[in-house]
Amino acid sequence: MKRYDLIVVGAGPSGLCAAIQAARYGLEVVVFDENARPGGQLFKQIHKFFGSKEHGAKLRGITIGENLLAEAAEAGVQVELNSVVMGIFPEKEVLVHREDRTEHYKADAIIVATGASENAVTFDGWTLPGVIGAGAAQMFMNLNGVRPGNKVLMLGTGNVGLVVSYQLLQAGCEVVALVDAGTRVGGYGVHASKLARTGVPFYTSHTIKKAEGEDHVTGVVIAEVDSHFQFIEGTEKHFDVDTICLAVGLSPQSQLLDMAGCDMAERGGRVPVSDETCATSEPGIFVAGDAAGIEEASSAMIEGRIAAVSAAEFLGFIDADNAAADRQEHYKALDRLRIGMFAPQNRGKVFTETEEGIPLSQSLLKRGYVTDEEVDSFGGVKHAEGWHAVVECTQNIPCNPCQDVCPRHCINVGSNITILPTINTEAKCSNCGKCVAFCPGQAIFLVNEDMGDGTAQITLPYEFLPLPEAGTKGKALDRSGKPVCEAEVVKVMNPKAFDHTALLTMSVPKEFVHQARFFKASAEALTA
Amino acid sequence: MSQRIAEHPILGKPEKGELVEFFYDGKPLKGYEGEPIAAALKAAGVMVHRHTTKLDRPRGVFCAIGRCTDCVMVVNGQPNVRTCITPVEAGMSVQTQYGVAAKPVEEQ
Repeated sequence: MKRYDLIVVGAGPSGLCAAIQAARYGLEVVVFDENARPGGQLFKQIHKFFGSKEHGAKLRGITIGENLLAEAAEAGVQVELNSVVMGIFPEKEVLVHREDRTEHYKADAIIVATGASENAVTFDGWTLPGVIGAGAAQMFMNLNGVRPGNKVLMLGTGNVGLVVSYQLLQAGCEVVALVDAGTRVGGYGVHASKLARTGVPFYTSHTIKKAEGEDHVTGVVIAEVDSHFQFIEGTEKHFDVDTICLAVGLSPQSQLLDMAGCDMAERGGRVPVSDETCATSEPGIFVAGDAAGIEEASSAMIEGRIAAVSAAEFLGFIDADNAAADRQEHYKALDRLRIGMFAPQNRGKVFTETEEGIPLSQSLLKRGYVTDEEVDSFGGVKHAEGWHAVVECTQNIPCNPCQDVCPRHCINVGSNITILPTINTEAKCSNCGKCVAFCPGQAIFLVNEDMGDGTAQITLPYEFLPLPEAGTKGKALDRSGKPVCEAEVVKVMNPKAFDHTALLTMSVPKEFVHQARFFKASAEALTA
Repeated sequence: MSQRIAEHPILGKPEKGELVEFFYDGKPLKGYEGEPIAAALKAAGVMVHRHTTKLDRPRGVFCAIGRCTDCVMVVNGQPNVRTCITPVEAGMSVQTQYGVAAKPVEEQ
């Protein structure tokens, strides 16, 4: 039997942060993880994260994961992989299964950071091969370079459904539709918009009636539902698909805590009763991340650090005053994330307007895009001469890289980072492109409304292959993905600093400058 | 269209282990050492991993994190191996699972 000051279960974002923080306080700590690789689900997250600098905003999840592994190595954290924690027993005895044997460990404190697993939903044919979780799609395409399917229907428009749909497009799959039984798109509007403008249709108030196929999925039928989630006759729509992806929520994996005798409660799944210090009802057993209740990676990382402070205090490595002070810093960072319309405390709440009093785009909530009429009511959208940023950010989410990266201070968010960005018309845009490249929501465009020859130019973020070259002709698509006019790429920027977000500048007839938001190369250009 | 992504806009060209041969229901298939068996099978277009005991219904990958056990197969003679988290090895035998066993190859 080997003893440790602290055993952390789970080497995901929360567990790794907990172990790093604990090691810095001088605790002898080991992390057990059942997987072959550390990082939990972080390495599936190839999109840029929201938040502010302190939360790792504008970095991709994979980069945050790599930074975390480097930090863990530097702190001397011991991570044991392929090690399944089978149970937590009285006196904090821990059984770990590895390869063909079971080993016995003992700790003075335990932090459980076991994360969550994906929910399923039942419909006719739901067990057919080809019905997969959104995380499974990410395993195939983002971890192993294999497309999960060719034609995919996504059920669920929360952030997971939206982000994974976009990643499916990046992997070269066709996403035939996003479907949600709710009346509104559940995730961030900016995530929805970057899908809608490529032409992916949204079906809110719809759900899956049946998956078709004998031994694997060959099609799917969706239908509209009424306010009691009952199918409305005659509204069925059929799609030929080989894959149905489910993004219908996550459930905490809290079984180890239940087994350890912690008091449990039902809160978006079965979770341990815990206080703000991450302590459970069992002295010396702490919980952090999704196992404590579903949130997202950025808050899970902070919770991991809080749990480590509490474990260090419990074992006497720091005194109560220092622990309280250290926790206070982490609480502040957490508070700066848990704000805005999508904050955990606002779940289920129906907003009709922004914090600024601007009516929310109903089209965005229903169909995934803001209409031409609605977009002008937001402070980030200003008409001006010469190059200027157009910030189509219309919901209060905690995020401010646009303000940080603009060298000319053209974009203003202020200290409350959920406030919608506004344009400072006094400042002169240098057309550097940083705002376009670093907005995690891909909601910023650089626009020159009149080039003096009847055309206008629009610079947009582009994360797909093949990357068009200057001179490529095609169509400009509007926010709904509808082709509106001819367009030609006049400039492409893809510097390393932009971290794989290329900037396409397209030329369009100037009367379409307020509609054109995406570029689709013509079939001839693609085959050339 | 091959299910393998040649080049990804964010991830570039996939970094892979050595290309090795393994056996799927007795037939040789190629996979990259270290990738999950499920990924190699997906790349080869295999959807059905097993058939259920009572109703003989097909099952494939669902969660891909080793939780749901829908993707289990008979690997090197051992049933109930979660193919989403078990890496491919050269020469490995992977068989469709019927109930909790593999059918002899001649019965398939």
